[in-house]
Amino acid sequence: MNRIQTKLKENKKLLSIYFTAGYPKLEDTVSIIQQLEKSGVDIIEIGLPFSDPLADGPTIQASSTQALKNGMTTNVLFNQLKDIRQSVSIPLIIMGYFNPILQYGVEAFCKQCAAIGIDGLIIPDLPIDVYREEYQSIFEANGLINVFLITPQTSDERIRYIDSVSNGFIYMVSSASVTGASSGFGREQTDYFKRISEMNLKNPTIVGFGISNQETFRQATEFSSGAIIGSAFIKFLSSKTDDEISQFVDAILN
Amino acid sequence: MTYNINNKGYYGDFGGAFIPEMLYPNVEELRQKYLNVMSEPSFEKEFNQLLKDYVGRPSPLYFAKRLSEKYNTKIYLKREDLNHTGAHKINNTIGQILMAKRLGKTRIIAETGAGQHGVATATVCALIGLECIVYMGEIDIARQAPNVARMKMLGATVVPATSGSKTLKDATNEAIRDWINNPVDTHYIIGSVVGPHPYPDMVARFQSVVSKEIQEQLQAREGIAKPDYIVACVGGGSNAAGAYYHFLDDTEVKLIAVEAAGHGVDSGESAATSVLGKEGIIHGSKTLLMQTKDGQITEPYSISAGLDYPGVGPMHAHLYKTGRAEFIAITDDQAMTAGLELCKLEGIIPAIESAHALAIFEQKEFKPNDIVVVSLSGRGDKDLDTYIKHFGL
Repeated sequence: MNRIQTKLKENKKLLSIYFTAGYPKLEDTVSIIQQLEKSGVDIIEIGLPFSDPLADGPTIQASSTQALKNGMTTNVLFNQLKDIRQSVSIPLIIMGYFNPILQYGVEAFCKQCAAIGIDGLIIPDLPIDVYREEYQSIFEANGLINVFLITPQTSDERIRYIDSVSNGFIYMVSSASVTGASSGFGREQTDYFKRISEMNLKNPTIVGFGISNQETFRQATEFSSGAIIGSAFIKFLSSKTDDEISQFVDAILN
Repeated sequence: MTYNINNKGYYGDFGGAFIPEMLYPNVEELRQKYLNVMSEPSFEKEFNQLLKDYVGRPSPLYFAKRLSEKYNTKIYLKREDLNHTGAHKINNTIGQILMAKRLGKTRIIAETGAGQHGVATATVCALIGLECIVYMGEIDIARQAPNVARMKMLGATVVPATSGSKTLKDATNEAIRDWINNPVDTHYIIGSVVGPHPYPDMVARFQSVVSKEIQEQLQAREGIAKPDYIVACVGGGSNAAGAYYHFLDDTEVKLIAVEAAGHGVDSGESAATSVLGKEGIIHGSKTLLMQTKDGQITEPYSISAGLDYPGVGPMHAHLYKTGRAEFIAITDDQAMTAGLELCKLEGIIPAIESAHALAIFEQKEFKPNDIVVVSLSGRGDKDLDTYIKHFGL
C-alpha cells in the first residue's frame, strides 16, 4: 500500500505542509523535509517551481521565482531527494505545473519519483481526461497517486467523476481563489465542506487554500480528513524570525 | 484533411484545455455554449450590425499600386488599420462582449501587451456598459502611456502586473488569476487565438470576417475569390487566423506567417516561436512556446509589443508542423524599414506588427501575376515614438 493510503487510515486530522523546493536557499530542501517530519507533520508537498504558476497567489509565485533564480531545476530536485527515504518516512508528494514535467518526459519523471520514493503528484493544470487517456497507466505502474482538485464551483456530477478516478485523497480547494488569498472561513465555506462531507465520497478530502493557523486548520478539518498549509509556511520561511519550523507546526497542532 | 479545429478542441497535436480545476466551470460553460450562441440569428444580427456601423466594416481591400510596381507583383492590403480603435482586435472584442452578455456576465477582464487589445476591450465595455479591468505588465504601462490613458478615458481600470517579467505573459497570468478569484460574474476576453479551448477557435471565428471579406472583395476586383498568397504577422496569431480562416483547407492559397526575429533569430533577443519554440503548455494550451530545457517559459523580445509573446496559438503551431504555412522571421530593422517604405510609397503609416508582414517582399520573390494579400492589421499611430527613435526623425 502506498504511504499516502496508509496515512489516510490513521484516525486523526492530517496536517500537510507545502513548500517550494529551492526556497529560501537552493540547498534547504532536505533539511526542511526532515524538520517538518520531526515536528509532526503528516504529509509534505514539495513544490517544483514554475515560471508561470497560474493557480498561485503572490507568496508562492515569489518563492517560485526565487527558487528558479537560486538554480532549482527538475534534475537538481531529484538529485537533492535521492537519499530522502533514508531519513524520512512520511508521505511525500511533488506538486508542480505540467510543462516542466512534460519537458522531462512524463514516464521518465514518474520512474524517477518511484525510484526516490515519492508517493503522489499534484499537477493542477493536467486535466483529468488527458490524465486518464494518456498517463494513468504510467502513474499506476510507478505506484504514484494522482491528486485532483475540486472547488466550490465543481458540480456534484464532476466531483463523483473525480472521486471515481482518484485513489488517494481529493484536494478540496476552500474557496474561489488562488493560493494565499483569503483570511478565515465563513458560513459559505463551512456549508461547502459539509456538503462535500455528506456526499460520502470513496476518497477522503483534504482542504487547501486559505489555511494559515490553528483556527482555520480546525475549521477546515471539521468535515474533512486534513488540511494543507502552503502560503503561510512560505511566509514563515521568508520571515526573519528565529523560530524553528517545529514552533510553526506546534502553533497549528497544539 | 482539415487544418481547422477538431471536435475535441485540437488542431492536430495542438490545443486542448490544460487548466486548473478552478477554471473548469467557466471554460466548460463557454465550450458548451459558444457555437450555439454564435449561430443564434439575433447574435449574428447584432454582431454584423456593430461590425458595420461601429467598427466601419467591411474594411477596404486596397490595391497597393506603387508597392506592387516596386516588387513586380500584385499586392493588396487588407486595411484592418482603418477599423475603429485602429486594428483588427476590435472584431474579436465585439464578438466576445456580446457573448459575455448572453452568458449573463457583468464584469469583464482582459490582458494587454501594447494596449491595443486593452483599448479594444475597454471600448466595447463602454459600448455595452460593463465593468472593465485590464491587466497590463508594469513595464508595458510605462512604455505605452497613451494607450493606458485611452483605457482610463474609456472607463476601464488598468491593473499593473508586477509578477515575473512584468510584460504580456505576466498580464495574462494575472488575468487568469483574476478569473480564478471571480468565477461567477466574470468573462475573460482573451485577445488572441491563444488560451484553453474554446478560446482559439472562438477568437478565430470572430476574426474570420477578414477572410470572408477578402473572398468577396477579390471576386469583385479580380474575378476570383482567392489570392495566391496571404501574408500576416504572427504574435499570438489572431490577425493571421482571421486572414487565413476561409482559406485554411484550400491549399491553392499559400499562407505565409511572419514572426518577429527581434535582433535576429540567434541573437537571444527574438520572438520567432516557430524556430525557437518547442511543444509544451502555455496559458492552458498545448502549442509551441519558447522555454528552457527544464520547461520554464522564457522571455521573448521584439521591437513590436504586439509580437512580443513566447508562444503562438495552437492553429499556427499546427500550420507550422504540417507545413501548411510558410514561417518567415523578420528582424526589427527589416520591419522598421518596410514600415517607412509603406509610408513613402502608399501614404499609410502601418503598425510595427504589420510592418513585419510587409518586410517579406525584400525576402521572398513573387511572380508578376501573383495576387498577394497582406493583412495590414493595425495603424502606426501608437508606434510613432518607436519610429521617431529608430529613424531619428
